Amino acid sequence: MLKRPHYIALALIVVLTLTILNLPSQTTARLKLGIGSFFLPLFGLASSSQRAIEKTGEAIVPRQELLRQNEALRRENTQLRLELMDSSKAVQENDKLRRLFNWKQRSPLKLKLGRVILSEPANWWRTAQIDLGTRDGISNNLAVLTPEGYLIGRVAQAFYTHSQIVMVGDHNCKVAARVEPGGDTGIIGASHPLANNLVEMAFLPNNANLKSGQLVKTSGKGGVFPENIPIGQIVVTYPAEAGLSRSAQVRLGANLASLDEVWVRFP
Amino acid sequence: MTWINTILILLSACLAVFWQTAFHGVRHLLGAQIDLLPALMVYASLSAGFTSVVLLAVCGGLWFDSLSANPLGVSVLPLLLVGVALYSSRDLILRSQTFARFFLGFTASIAVPFLALILLLTTSQRPLLGWGTLWQFVVMGVAGGIAAPLYFELFGWLLRLLGPAEMSETSFRSDREIRRGR
Repeated sequence: MLKRPHYIALALIVVLTLTILNLPSQTTARLKLGIGSFFLPLFGLASSSQRAIEKTGEAIVPRQELLRQNEALRRENTQLRLELMDSSKAVQENDKLRRLFNWKQRSPLKLKLGRVILSEPANWWRTAQIDLGTRDGISNNLAVLTPEGYLIGRVAQAFYTHSQIVMVGDHNCKVAARVEPGGDTGIIGASHPLANNLVEMAFLPNNANLKSGQLVKTSGKGGVFPENIPIGQIVVTYPAEAGLSRSAQVRLGANLASLDEVWVRFP
Repeated sequence: MTWINTILILLSACLAVFWQTAFHGVRHLLGAQIDLLPALMVYASLSAGFTSVVLLAVCGGLWFDSLSANPLGVSVLPLLLVGVALYSSRDLILRSQTFARFFLGFTASIAVPFLALILLLTTSQRPLLGWGTLWQFVVMGVAGGIAAPLYFELFGWLLRLLGPAEMSETSFRSDREIRRGR
């Protein structure tokens, strides 16, 4: 059935594919960006139609409901303003004490809100793309959080207009974590292919006193994630590595299956 | 006619890849994202020319990888392998049968991700694998099996719509011709 020109064409494509597979990572990233830009009109169309649907939904909300929400938000705003005044006094006091003891000053939290524009089409990666890129000051390895402050992952590759994020549970996103209270540290690694919100925390000390429901936060020891970002809660612990250490199953606080808006945290 | 078919196949591949990245309802529901490219390859290899098969493998694979964390090009070879295997034996396949289309779609939708995973493992990548991967293969296989006959129907309808109208049979029959002698 196949003729000589067919075999030549096949050989050429195989050689071309193998060449692309062996290109340097930067060249591949540029190529990916170029090929991916082919989809820009489609994504623009999808996001504009989604916005139109949202606007239509907002337009049909009754006036009474809007007034009620407005009143509730006004009250919440007043309460938060009072709390902010109170906490800013505490921050000033804290800064003063830090100066007195010559401790390092704490820099204010810098965040940028992004939107998830597309999810991973393959089943064996936990990645997504967000609409923030290098033009927004995004660089590789910045921490990505949910609106509630839970860890999602890190920026794997920042492009000009968008970035690829790799989520907790992927082999390419290991997180140095700490259990609270207790302070036992371990490493959060890969998850089960079907369990989006369960990850394994390995290399915990054998004598660690761990209970289900304990909080897990970043320890800041890995050099990528700042410390004290909440990750999730311990579900169950079990001995690992022939009893040399313990591992724990951690339920993530972030719902990775339905991400819409994310915060990128700057150092 | 051939070029209309090729354009339609490539357009469908583009839309299929876009759909897989933009909508993830199936993943929420069943724990696996379905892949529509292998089923499309079944249609292309059984109904279109060799150029269409090659173009679908190259463009579809590169489009898929450009939106995924896969290394660029890793999806091209599995699609090409499945497409060429089906194309070279398409005279032996009962391609007009719905069950055969379902079976081919099912097999191709398992074979393509399986080969892609093998290729990934040889390139020192660490994809997420486990017992759950088997379930994901089943979901992808069944979805591909359902998609393949639908592609045949859809493309048949589109080609009838866009292609030249079929010539209607004339009432003239040569065996009924009255030959007049002298």
